[in-house]
Amino acid sequence: MSVGLEHFLVVGAALFGIGLLLSLSKRNIIGVLMGIELMFNGANVTLVAFSRFLEAAEALAGQVLVVFSITVAAAEAAVALALAMAFYRRRQTVDVDRADVLRW
Amino acid sequence: MGAVAAFWVLSTITVGSALAVALVRDLVRAVVALVGSFLGVAGLFVLLSADFLAVAQVLIYAGAISVLMVFVIALTPRGARDNSETAMRWPALALAGAMTGLMTTVALVAHWGPQVKEGLTETAAAIGEALLSRYVLPFEVASVVLLAAMLGAIVLVREE
Repeated sequence: MSVGLEHFLVVGAALFGIGLLLSLSKRNIIGVLMGIELMFNGANVTLVAFSRFLEAAEALAGQVLVVFSITVAAAEAAVALALAMAFYRRRQTVDVDRADVLRW
Repeated sequence: MGAVAAFWVLSTITVGSALAVALVRDLVRAVVALVGSFLGVAGLFVLLSADFLAVAQVLIYAGAISVLMVFVIALTPRGARDNSETAMRWPALALAGAMTGLMTTVALVAHWGPQVKEGLTETAAAIGEALLSRYVLPFEVASVVLLAAMLGAIVLVREE
């Protein structure tokens, strides 16, 4: 028995699902961010698996895409954690349910 | 044979640590579990013969992003370290389960065509060349994105 494309795709799907669960259900804004990072990781595993196992015109296109994905994830993490800090300073809480100024 | 064992060990570490992030009550422990998951993904990248991405994963995710999270946790008070769920936990669980089931079904049912058997070797030099030749415009745009994110983060947290 060998390890093929499907195995990695299932791992990527599991990571994405757990990340989705965290980002939708956590009360703490940092917990939501952890979920988003896990979703990034699941997508990256899927991209690298496709790049490894499937024939493509350019062998490295998938990996280059993941390089950009990691770059954007780093920028996103920096801005999102700055937002978390600003939110805490304004409202004295990290509970995302309390961010309700724009709620109808 | 070794690759099969490595895959099962690494995927167990990755998915198990991700589950621990969801289940652990303390936010600092959740970050530690998150680092475990990131390192497992780095191992999976090595298994997929993406050596440069594995190193980048360790440096950026397991190093920089998790340290940034620890900083923010340390800057908020001890009472804000609770990692509990909102009232939306069961709808969120249903939606996430449905998404995972859908993606798993697609991955297992779809016909992906012939699979390449041997992996690449030494991807770092090739990725560097690709970034500075064919992908040079996205590369420069990414540097502008990083600059804008850095300025935005500074502006957001600056004391008045």
